Amino acid sequence: MKKSSYVNLHNKMEIKLIVIFLLLLVIAGFASIFMGVKDITFGNAISALFTHKMKSSLANSIIHKRILRTFFACLCGGALGISGSLMQAVTRNPLADPSILGINTGASFFVVCGLAFLHISTVSQYIGLAFVGALVAAGLVFGIVAIGHQVNPLTLILSGTAVSIMFSSLVTTVTLVRQDAIDQFRFWQVGSLGTVTSQGMTFFIPIFVIGFLVAVCCAPGLNALMLGNEVAKNLGVNATIINICACIAGIILCATATALAGPIAFIGLLATHCTRLLFGADLRKVIPLSALTGALFLTSADVIGRLVSDSTEINVGIITSLVGAPVLIYLARRTKVQAA
Amino acid sequence: MKRQADMRGYLFVGQRHRKRRRYVVGILLFLILLSVVLFSLVFGRTVYSISEVFQVLTGRIVPGASFTISELRLPRTIASVLTGLAFGVAGYVFQTLLKNPLANPDILGVSSGSSCAVVVCILVFHTSQMTRSVVAVCGGLLTVLMLFGLSGQKKAATTRIIVVGIGLQAFYNAVISYFTVTGDQRDLPEALRWLNGSLDGVTIKQLPILAVVVLVGLPLTTYLGQRLCVLKLGDELALSLGVNVNLTKLILLIVTVMMTAMATAVTGPIAFVSFLTGPVTNKIMGENGNNVLAAGMIGALLVVIADLVGQFAFPYRFPVGVVTGLIGAPYLIWQLMLINKRGGLNARA
Repeated sequence: MKKSSYVNLHNKMEIKLIVIFLLLLVIAGFASIFMGVKDITFGNAISALFTHKMKSSLANSIIHKRILRTFFACLCGGALGISGSLMQAVTRNPLADPSILGINTGASFFVVCGLAFLHISTVSQYIGLAFVGALVAAGLVFGIVAIGHQVNPLTLILSGTAVSIMFSSLVTTVTLVRQDAIDQFRFWQVGSLGTVTSQGMTFFIPIFVIGFLVAVCCAPGLNALMLGNEVAKNLGVNATIINICACIAGIILCATATALAGPIAFIGLLATHCTRLLFGADLRKVIPLSALTGALFLTSADVIGRLVSDSTEINVGIITSLVGAPVLIYLARRTKVQAA
Repeated sequence: MKRQADMRGYLFVGQRHRKRRRYVVGILLFLILLSVVLFSLVFGRTVYSISEVFQVLTGRIVPGASFTISELRLPRTIASVLTGLAFGVAGYVFQTLLKNPLANPDILGVSSGSSCAVVVCILVFHTSQMTRSVVAVCGGLLTVLMLFGLSGQKKAATTRIIVVGIGLQAFYNAVISYFTVTGDQRDLPEALRWLNGSLDGVTIKQLPILAVVVLVGLPLTTYLGQRLCVLKLGDELALSLGVNVNLTKLILLIVTVMMTAMATAVTGPIAFVSFLTGPVTNKIMGENGNNVLAAGMIGALLVVIADLVGQFAFPYRFPVGVVTGLIGAPYLIWQLMLINKRGGLNARA
């Protein structure tokens, strides 16, 4: 009796928290639509949304662009959040994040190569190349780690960072050949949400949905794997299949987000840790909810980036790194390693 | 008894052999460096004869050659040798002190700290070279302080220090991006060129501070290199052998950070030089012994050759940092695999 009331209370708390997060996300979304280099009044926005008749076509186009951007921010944040929690679950490593493991930069490098040498132009080509790059990067990182005898949390991070540094210096090299495109260079170095098109969204939504579903389906299996491979085997979980599915889902989500927005760092890390702090370690909750927190974080970061300076916008990747890097340091301080 | 004496004889023979080998390799390195430097003065869009180069160097005026060599090629070559020395020594000292081949100023974020400070100087305050150098040193030292402060504990694990460094680096990079986004468009090309590590446009006026720091730092670190060898055996043993551990570490860190920062202030962060020199030096010279000077020469060699390759090997002129990045990145991965195979990154390498 007592236990169930406690569970009820706990559930109520969690539902409250979820509602608060949803509300915050809605607020951030509206802020993202109204605020920016050019502010738009509420009435204008509403009439643009519902009547499609506007006095000024400029405001109209701005609003449509911003709405697209806001939805894109939510999806991107969600994808990176899920990807982060999948990576942390698969590697059983609290420091894992697509950007720290170099998966982001790998995808970014392949897209840049495609732009520079293969003259790719369609969204599907972008996404395809990004996926290949993410796979290569992930393969490299896990390959390096697999060679070793002992795996501790920091080994993986080091390999990931090395791969990430390698790819980002390669990106610089490729972009230097074409110095006319300094803006593009910046885009592929830090990531920004401003360049999304509706065509990109039509590709992103189905991939996001598939990735989300696969992730949620993997969650119980991953939960069992947290107890160790032996226990999971006894519970009837096929470790290999679950790990591969989760990995590929995480990589696809991250690669697509990177193909459309450039490498955005640390969202996975932030979202997953925040979610786990509030809702506990159960992956059935953590995975979907980290999508929510990721969306909230990325949308807010985007709004902040637009508000900080009057004349230009700060790329969202800069804001997330500024917040995420101290968190990484904090987490590294807490991680236990044997003294070398 | 006799047998024992024989054994000792053999041991000493081995030691003498290794010592001779080290001297020979060292002198060879020096000769190679000298000839590469000479080559970089001779070779270019127009090739001058060696006698012409010597004439210019001794102060005589040769029409055409005088300007090209003394105004363009000489500052560039001197700058690359000095920065190479600085980065090489710093990389070797860092990775030997922290006992991990991955621990170098690049990965630990020390160069990023200096870069960040200099970018602010270029884009916000438009300061002179002198101020840039001072600010770069401050940025580097501050980063080292934060690095060891944030890693906590008296004997922090090297891996933890590295991850904290990675975090610092990410933070600095974000700050750098922030300033390049908001900065004045007219200053941007200079900042970006500088960020990639480039020797283009280095003038003789920028060099004196760097030269002084390197020429003071190099003998000092070489002298302390003896103690560095002892420190490799572990702090306790070094202490019992009469090395003032903390003081030695402190001086070495400060001197190498200053050298890195000064070099960074002139040319920008040239990627991977400090990382590449350590393992290469140990491979060529053997892991035991005072390799500081050799590391410096290898660093200088690397920068001079990479700059020549960047200038003349491709139809497009690449900054030197791109060339070292292209060589260094795969090498980093390979090194990582080796270390991991040998038994984890935590092991003393």
